Amino acid sequence: MYVIIIGGGNVGYYLTKDLVGAGHEVLLLEKERARAQRLAEDLGEVVQQGDGCEARVMEEMGFARADVIVAATGEDEDNLIVCQMAKQRFGITRTIARVNSPANEALFAQLGIDTTVSATRLIFNLIEQEIEVDHLIPVAALARGHLEIVSIELSDQSPVVGRSIGEIALPGDAHIIAILRNDKGMLPSPNAILQVGDTVLTLVQQDQEPDLHGVFAA
Amino acid sequence: MKVVIVGCGRVGSTLARLLIERHDVTVVDRTSESFRRLGSKFKGQKIVGPGTDMDVLKRAGIEGADAFISVTDGDNRNIMAAQIAKRIFNVPQVFTRIYDPSRAAVYAEMGIQTLCTTSTSAGLFCDLVEGRRPDAFMAQLDSYLDAAQKV
Repeated sequence: MYVIIIGGGNVGYYLTKDLVGAGHEVLLLEKERARAQRLAEDLGEVVQQGDGCEARVMEEMGFARADVIVAATGEDEDNLIVCQMAKQRFGITRTIARVNSPANEALFAQLGIDTTVSATRLIFNLIEQEIEVDHLIPVAALARGHLEIVSIELSDQSPVVGRSIGEIALPGDAHIIAILRNDKGMLPSPNAILQVGDTVLTLVQQDQEPDLHGVFAA
Repeated sequence: MKVVIVGCGRVGSTLARLLIERHDVTVVDRTSESFRRLGSKFKGQKIVGPGTDMDVLKRAGIEGADAFISVTDGDNRNIMAAQIAKRIFNVPQVFTRIYDPSRAAVYAEMGIQTLCTTSTSAGLFCDLVEGRRPDAFMAQLDSYLDAAQKV
């Protein structure tokens, strides 16, 4: 895959390293000349200097044949415009934007950006969820956030401990997709008995997520 | 008309002063320092905060605005603010200034009314150099010359 990353901050740097390591063709585009030079000394010719919002630069860097564009700068407006330009001008279908202000996740979706990642929201959720309820943590949002995978760690207070999976009444059409026990994954059979310390991965409609709390939490 | 202007630089502040006599004007800027350019007698509202933040724009009254103009010094900030005004708050008239001609072309195609001052100034100078007379510009030049003669 040809992946173009815009923004040579920490996110762009480590992402470039990992993707190169995984065998992908990568281009890291950094606007600031001095920073681009420093990055190039470390990462080599995958680093190029240029403004990823300028059509001329985008053309030179081969945006037209990119499989994925990742906008990873620290500025939400730059990430939005990179992705929109890539879509509108170069027909890129897969764009991923880093979002710093969590409120912009919904906005970016409305403005046509497929995937957004907000570290701020992830951390916020970790804190909120961990403090509020028995280790019930949203781990991934799917289909623009309508579906969520939620990870639940069972404490000895949880009402489902000692019961079989088949007995548990889940909200709506939620599904248990896996049980993690002692670092091993198991597919959920209806007869499996839940134990203290198990992590239950559940697929749920986002609006039904609060109901999961009532089922699993103490 | 209720008008919201994002960016209180030279263009934003001049525009606000032009409009304030006849309209209800609110100016948004990231720093309160910029409002100096409006002068002490400015009667409009001043809101401090990023013009790409929906809460800030709500405080500026964007929900009831008739017109919205983004003229900060950042092209991307202007485009994002204009899209919020148009697509989220359905402001009837939305305009934005974009310096980069290629970006201006893309967003004009996407239905954002853009003024690319780079292209328009270059075109104007080109006309002047080659002896064509852009009327509005010449009128302005004449008024400068008149003023200079009076001094």
